Amino acid sequence: MSDHESTYVPKTAVERWMDTRLPIIRFGMDYANLPTPKNLNYWWTFGGILAICLMTQIITGIVLAMHYTPHVDMAFASVERIMRDVNGGWLIRYVHANGASMFFIAVYLHMLRGLYYGSYKAPREMIWIVGCVIFFLMIATAFLGYVLPWGQMSFWGAEVITNLIGAIPVVGEPILIWLRGGPAIDNATLNRFFSLHYLLPFVIAGCVVLHLWALHAAGQNNPVGILIPKDRAKKDMLPFHPYFTVKDGFAIILFLILFAVFVFYNPNALGHADNYIPANPLQTPAHIVPEWYMLPFYAILRAIPDKFGGVVAMFAAIGVLFVLPWLDTSKVRSMRYRPTMKTFFIIFLFVCFGLGWCGAQLPDAPVIGSFKTFTLIDGDLNSYLWLTRFLTAYYFVFFLVLMPVIGLREKPLPIPATISEPVLPSTAAEKA
Amino acid sequence: MSGRAAGDAEVKRVAESVVNADGPDGQHGGGDATRRDFIHIAAGAAAAGAGVMVAWPLINQMNPAADTLALASIEFDLTKVQEGQQVVIKWQGKPVFVRYRTPAELTKVIDEGAVGSPPQTDAERTKAGHEKYLVVIGSCTHLGCVPTFNAGDYGGWFCPCHGSHYDASGRIRKGPAPLNLIVPNYEYMSDTRVKIG
Repeated sequence: MSDHESTYVPKTAVERWMDTRLPIIRFGMDYANLPTPKNLNYWWTFGGILAICLMTQIITGIVLAMHYTPHVDMAFASVERIMRDVNGGWLIRYVHANGASMFFIAVYLHMLRGLYYGSYKAPREMIWIVGCVIFFLMIATAFLGYVLPWGQMSFWGAEVITNLIGAIPVVGEPILIWLRGGPAIDNATLNRFFSLHYLLPFVIAGCVVLHLWALHAAGQNNPVGILIPKDRAKKDMLPFHPYFTVKDGFAIILFLILFAVFVFYNPNALGHADNYIPANPLQTPAHIVPEWYMLPFYAILRAIPDKFGGVVAMFAAIGVLFVLPWLDTSKVRSMRYRPTMKTFFIIFLFVCFGLGWCGAQLPDAPVIGSFKTFTLIDGDLNSYLWLTRFLTAYYFVFFLVLMPVIGLREKPLPIPATISEPVLPSTAAEKA
Repeated sequence: MSGRAAGDAEVKRVAESVVNADGPDGQHGGGDATRRDFIHIAAGAAAAGAGVMVAWPLINQMNPAADTLALASIEFDLTKVQEGQQVVIKWQGKPVFVRYRTPAELTKVIDEGAVGSPPQTDAERTKAGHEKYLVVIGSCTHLGCVPTFNAGDYGGWFCPCHGSHYDASGRIRKGPAPLNLIVPNYEYMSDTRVKIG
C-alpha cells in the first residue's frame, strides 16, 4: 500500500554503502515484502504469468532477429531457414509464435479478473488505464510481428489493417501512404514493421513499470473488493514473498505446461496454413482471418455496414475500456456482491466468445442449418452478419448502458467488513 | 529512515538545500511581464520550433522514397488478353485488371446506365473507341483485397474478404466497399498498347 513503510535494514557494509548511493536493494526488498491481501485467489496469478510471457517474447524475439532478414525477397526464406537449419530455430520460433497466443490468453483472463472484481475502480483507475495502454500496444506488436514471415496471411492482414487507416476522411490516404512508405505494402513497409516490432515490446516493458508503480501506490484489490482497514493490515495482509511468489510460481508452472503442449504437440494449431504460402500481392487468399486473439474486434469491424463506421466501432471497442472506471457507477467493487451485474457479466463473457466465433466465419454464411429466413436491410437474419450485429450491440450496451444504470439501481448483497469475515465468521464477532 | 548510517542525514540535508536554493526565479514575485518572462517565452518558442524542425525529417523519412516513386508507369500489350478474360499486372505494387469484355457483358453494363458509387456510366470508365477493354486497379475499395474474377451477383468481381460485388464495369453494386474500382490514369499508345500511370 501507499503507506507501506520500508522495513529494510542494510546488514553489511556493502549494503549500507549501496543504500546511500543507489538504494536498489531497498527497492527490491520493499517489493518482496509488499503487504498483500491474504485472500487473493488464482485469478490473481496472471500478473506474474504475463511478466513471464513478456520476458519469453523479448528473449526469443531477440534471438530470432539474429537470423531473420527483413526483405520482401528473403523474409519468407529466412523464416524457413530458422525452421530447418538454425540450431534449435524451430523451437525458438514456435515458442515465439505460440507465446503470442499464450500472452493473449493470459491478458484476457487478467482483464476479465479486473472486470469481475472491480479492480479498475477508485483508487486503482491508473493501474487499469495503463493496463489498457499495454493491451493496445500488445495488439499493435502482435500485428506487426505477424507481418514479418511474409506469408499470404501476413501480407493480406497488413493490407486490410493498414487500409483501416485509409478509411479516415480526408487525411486517411496520405497517412496510409506515409505508413506504408509507398502506394502499396512493399519492402519499405516490411522494414519499418520489423523496426517497430522490435521497439514496441520495450515500450510495453516501460508501461509495465508504470503499471506496477501504480499498483504499489494504490495497493492490490482482492476478491472481496474492500479496502483493507489500516488496523487490519497485520491480520489480513501477508508479505508478497514467500506467500505469493510461491502461489504465482505454481500457477506459472501450470501455465507453462499448457504452453509446452502447444509448442511441442500442436505448434500450428493456433496459426493459419495460408501463412506457409509466400506473400503474393496479386492474389488474396479465399478467406482472410486474423489470429484468434483479434477475432472479436475483427467481427465488430465487419458488423458495421460503413467502412469508416466499422473502423470507429472497432477502436471504440478498445477505447471504451479506458473510460470504464467512470462508466461503472457502483460503489461495490467485487461482483460477488452484485448478483444482477454478475448475470450480465456472464452474458458478456459468452458475447465475447460469440464475437470471436463470428469473426472467423463468412459474414453471409447461415448460423443455423442452411436455410434462409428473411432479409433484414442488407443480409439474411439467419447469417453471421446479423448475429455479429446483435453481439456487438450487447458489447457496447454492457459498458455504456448496463454499467452506469445497474450501478445506480441494483441492491448489492451485504459486504463484509474485513476480508477474513467470509471465511472466518468468528472474526466478525470479534470485530463487533 | 531508522536504519540509515549517520552520514546519510548529512547527505540528505545538503541535497535538500541544493534543491531549495533560491534561484533567480525565486526572487521575482511581481505580476508584470518582465524581461525574464520574455526570455522564457522566446526560449520556449525557439525550442518548440527547433523540435518541429528536428521531428519533420524523422517523420518524412517514412514517406515513399525517390526510387519507389520512380516506378510510376508501365506499358502493356493488349493482345495478351483473350475475349472474356482478364490479365492481372502489377503496377506500383498493386494489381491492375485489364479485362477484355464480351459483347454480352458490354451490352449489359452500358444498358444499366449510371450505377455504382458514385453513379457512373460505363463510358465514363473507359476510353472512347476502346470500350471493350476495362482497366481498373484490382484492389477492393473496402480494405484492399484482390476481388475474384467473374464471380458475384453482377458478373464482374467478388471480393472474398468482406463480400463486395462489382459488375463488369468495376462498379460497386452490393457489399461494404464504398467506391467503384478505381480507374488509373492511362492512355493508348496505339490500338494494342496502353501506358498506365
